[in-house]
Amino acid sequence: MALSQMFMRNFAPVFLLAFGIGSVHAQSYGIGHVVSEKDIAPWNIDVSADGSGLPAGKGSVTEGKRVYETTCIVCHGVNGQGKPADQLAGGQGTLKAASPVKTIGSFWPYATTVFDFVNRAMPYDRPKSLSANEVYAVTAYLLNLNGIVGAETVLDAKSLPQVRMPNRDGFVPDPRPDAAGIACHSNCK
Amino acid sequence: MAEEKSVPVDTRGSAEAGTTRAGDQRRRFLRRGAAFGGMAITGGVLSASAQAQTLKNAADELAVPAWSKQPGDDVLSKPYGLPSAFEKEVLRRSRGSVFPGAASSMTPLQDSFGIITPSGLHFERHHSGIPRIDPAQHRLAVHGLVSRPTIFTMDDLVRLPSATRIHFLECSGNTGSEWKAPTSKSVQLSHGLLSCSEWTGVPLAVVLDEVGLSKDAKWLLAEGADGAGMSRSIPIHKALDDALLVYAQNGERLRPEQGYPLRLFLPGYEGNTSIKWLRRIKIGAEPFQSREETSKYTDLLPDGTARQFSFIMEAKSVITYPAPDHTLRGAGFYEIKGLAWTGLGRIKRVEVSVDGGRNWREARLEGPVLDRALTRFVFPWKWDGSPAILQSRAIDNTGYVQPTRQELITARGLNSNYHFNAIQSWSVNPNGIITNVHA
Repeated sequence: MALSQMFMRNFAPVFLLAFGIGSVHAQSYGIGHVVSEKDIAPWNIDVSADGSGLPAGKGSVTEGKRVYETTCIVCHGVNGQGKPADQLAGGQGTLKAASPVKTIGSFWPYATTVFDFVNRAMPYDRPKSLSANEVYAVTAYLLNLNGIVGAETVLDAKSLPQVRMPNRDGFVPDPRPDAAGIACHSNCK
Repeated sequence: MAEEKSVPVDTRGSAEAGTTRAGDQRRRFLRRGAAFGGMAITGGVLSASAQAQTLKNAADELAVPAWSKQPGDDVLSKPYGLPSAFEKEVLRRSRGSVFPGAASSMTPLQDSFGIITPSGLHFERHHSGIPRIDPAQHRLAVHGLVSRPTIFTMDDLVRLPSATRIHFLECSGNTGSEWKAPTSKSVQLSHGLLSCSEWTGVPLAVVLDEVGLSKDAKWLLAEGADGAGMSRSIPIHKALDDALLVYAQNGERLRPEQGYPLRLFLPGYEGNTSIKWLRRIKIGAEPFQSREETSKYTDLLPDGTARQFSFIMEAKSVITYPAPDHTLRGAGFYEIKGLAWTGLGRIKRVEVSVDGGRNWREARLEGPVLDRALTRFVFPWKWDGSPAILQSRAIDNTGYVQPTRQELITARGLNSNYHFNAIQSWSVNPNGIITNVHA
């Protein structure tokens, strides 16, 4: 290898980075395996609030009740009442109370998050084992338990992002510092 | 007895059998310690009264022991070294959980020295257990709003330019048990979701430069390869500023509990955002609204709204000796020791009160004082044997002063769960017994 080639291969990237001119058009180190988005599809499971990432398929409240009662009920209880795992239904109107009950219906801002979480993490002992249809169905059932969708609802990639959650506007940015102390040194109380 | 008091009693009832056995061993050891002249092992401190007893029994104490009369164990008797058998009580402990894989364990701060947490004592918080990942099969996919979607092997990542930094990691739920009442009977359980390590990895900015960020890139989703597919949205400015893709901790590859073979590390941010077992980074224009940043890890306020993306761990400190895990052996000199930290930069000053917050004096920072690392402080104290309430207060280089519990409640009410960084109070009674109180 010519010396100039060796310099370019080994040191030019360092200079590019060092001088802050690392370009989005070229790799600096040439390390890693460039692929297409399609190659990553099997891992690309996240679902955003606008519905992007939702797969093909559909599921009804009725089918969801069947999935729930065979797969979820052992941890989340009858009708999503919880114990030993989180309570999933009820609690609306309690967020200002002394003992707030945070559930999908009372607290979660996006219905798409239910799909995303069930799809990636549930059931606890067999995550990523439900089909897309089953996840749509159990999402529909949980929303129905919370009175957010009707009993005849069928959810799919088009209808799920349109479900408006009761606590959609319940989240605010972090304003801290909000409670810094005072550096008093003597006879402070 | 005082010795019995040294065991974190609220652990023994709920933790697994291994911990209970360790508690028994600790009690036996403490009794033996008392029989041999009261050598105080707690915090490694030889108290004044212990010294006096030691001198009385000097003839017995100085008999040449068996270990001085024979060769010891061979080199490589333990190819990977372990702590002394006499330190068996220094363990992570848990409150117990219905789902042992979705739970946490705490670092034994009461037995800690310096600022580095041994890797085997680093606190744990998992959402679906600890996956056993073959590093040869592990991949990191980086995609979304990038010029070149790219898959990296572990060898690829280790080849890239590296950085090593010492930083604390604290769970946003650390000390959350103390909002409403003083519940923890041990500094390990009240403050032990806190550890500090030397972390080595590749700056995330290097990897993002390699894949070429789109100008619309504002957030990224970091996702784990664990069963939970643990995922959080991170602002792109943090990713480009000081985020690391970490593969090593304290001079060796990451421990499985800490994300082996690869984790994200975000200095100063709440622990759960430093996604372990990292398998995917997706670049986007908006936050992804995962369950862990909506249903969980948001801070509910009295008006029913909840703060979202409250990433920073603000300045905090705690006295780790003496704590409820220890018992003072009579009046006299004690060195109060503790830890201070801030997610915003460096600890500038720590102050200590021994009268429940009426009067404060500056503690000495032991050093090194590093950016977003645990900082050790010490404060000489001559205890007169009367009731005392010990407190510490951290001030960081932004001028932020660690608040009282009441100041936090005034701002956030009692139901925000996370980010409890109030001044902690330990009450000392005339028998030297120390309890957790709100003062």
